[in-house]
Amino acid sequence: MKVLVAVKRVIDYNVKVRVKSDKTDVDLANVKMALNPFCEIAVEEAVRLKEAGTATEVVVVSIGSKPCQEQLRTALALGADRAIQVDAQDQLDSLSVARILQKVAEEESADLILLGKQAIDSDNNQTGQMLAALMDRPQATFASEVVVEGESLKVTREIDGGLQTLSLKLPAVVTTDLRLNEPRYASLPNIMKAKKKPLDVKTPDELGAQLSAGAELLSVEPPAERQAGIKVGSVEELVDKLRNEAKVVA
Amino acid sequence: MSILIITEHDNQSLKPVTLNLVTAAQQIGGDIDLLVAGENAQAAAEAASAIAGVRKVIHADNAAYAHQLAENLSKLVVELADGYSHILAPGTTTGKNVAPRVAALLGVNQLSDISAVEAPDTFKRPIYAGNAIATVKSSDPVKVITVRGTAFDAAEATGGSANVEACGSVHQHADVSFVGEELAKSDRPELTAASVVISGGRGMGNGENFELLNKVADKLGAAVGASRAAVDAGFVPNDMQVGQTGKMVAPELYIAVGISGAIQHLAGMKDSKIIVAINKDEEAPIFQVADYGLVGDLFEAVPELESRL
Repeated sequence: MKVLVAVKRVIDYNVKVRVKSDKTDVDLANVKMALNPFCEIAVEEAVRLKEAGTATEVVVVSIGSKPCQEQLRTALALGADRAIQVDAQDQLDSLSVARILQKVAEEESADLILLGKQAIDSDNNQTGQMLAALMDRPQATFASEVVVEGESLKVTREIDGGLQTLSLKLPAVVTTDLRLNEPRYASLPNIMKAKKKPLDVKTPDELGAQLSAGAELLSVEPPAERQAGIKVGSVEELVDKLRNEAKVVA
Repeated sequence: MSILIITEHDNQSLKPVTLNLVTAAQQIGGDIDLLVAGENAQAAAEAASAIAGVRKVIHADNAAYAHQLAENLSKLVVELADGYSHILAPGTTTGKNVAPRVAALLGVNQLSDISAVEAPDTFKRPIYAGNAIATVKSSDPVKVITVRGTAFDAAEATGGSANVEACGSVHQHADVSFVGEELAKSDRPELTAASVVISGGRGMGNGENFELLNKVADKLGAAVGASRAAVDAGFVPNDMQVGQTGKMVAPELYIAVGISGAIQHLAGMKDSKIIVAINKDEEAPIFQVADYGLVGDLFEAVPELESRL
């Protein structure tokens, strides 16, 4: 089974984002960038499938300008076998990304395509579903457990009401949720080894992917700030405030 | 303009978020139709037809739609899409599962989790875990949108008398099947629809201690939530998680107990009307967003709270 993992370069999870003063976007100048946390979980799951002898090869792909090669190298250091950078503008819309991934998946004859459920920058939560639709293949989003059973997958999904289990025939698309696994740290020898692993660069044109126009970003503003309220000295005072000031308790 | 809303339901009753979507659709403007796709979902279709402001209800009933699998539901929606300017789905796990599939099949992009309607083609949506709000304009011929339910008021559940039209189309993807589900059973209100939510964090110490919160919840008619830390620690199941990657809530009253207030948690609850924080660490960031903060031991404060309510 060949596994394709799509990954995205995003602002580091721990960085507090700030909106630019002209409100055109958030300020990403000189900000630490990293592998999107959900993508990291997807890479980890693929590597575990390889270690279990289920996956034969793990190919990792990212779409963006040259710096996304850093995140591809991170994925290689975590255990992916080779990488593909599709050279395109950063912040491409989800449909364009899905169309590019469809071409890569076809070219690679991938059996399982793993993605994070969402990127922590745009918070879209779309690409995996779009890719599955374009390929007319089954999907399992928000996966918390993936079990390979021959030519099928049994996937447990985290849904609003609890857990749901689906059976999918391969090829299939799976998007990862937080509790699927805990990604490992890349060891120094593996980071060194990753530098020698193959990394191909392709363009959307070479792949024959047609790009779409995304929604136009008119402005970005900081959210309305909440003012810190008061500290109360006792539970009695708290209940009094809730009853008589906020009037949210009868 | 006309708007199609993909409703979420359990075949018996509609999810309350449907009413918030109707309000979002009214703000966009135009005729509003509701799709109820399920199996033996007559009761849900009838509830949909009673919502004020609905033109018609399309009811597709077949085993293929029993669990609203995205593969099947998306093809049904695409078949029905002709003539609609907007297709709305709730920003729930079901809505997020199906809407992007619909958009991709229609060859358009999808707007996720809108929190405000500025114009029929322009919307606000949170990005970066709610740390920035983007205003985006779509030029796609049909706008496929998921809606953050808590950002819109609920429409009236009664007063309408829309026609229910049966739709016999069946789309069944051969390569996906439903195996089973484990749904949390609770007599308490659903987290995203509750007017009061009490949540516990790592400070609760273990799952048994959530019983303290349950007792308060029973007195207030509240739903019980949790921070990611509490879920990751195994105290409570994942469906209780409030935050960036869990559920978004905006109740009248949110009580955070033993929750420090990580940015990812705040993203899921900071639109609550009144926030109460109970935490022994007076430096905890949760106090920066709390209307009323109580610094103290939750194991003393929560039982006392229960007894005083």
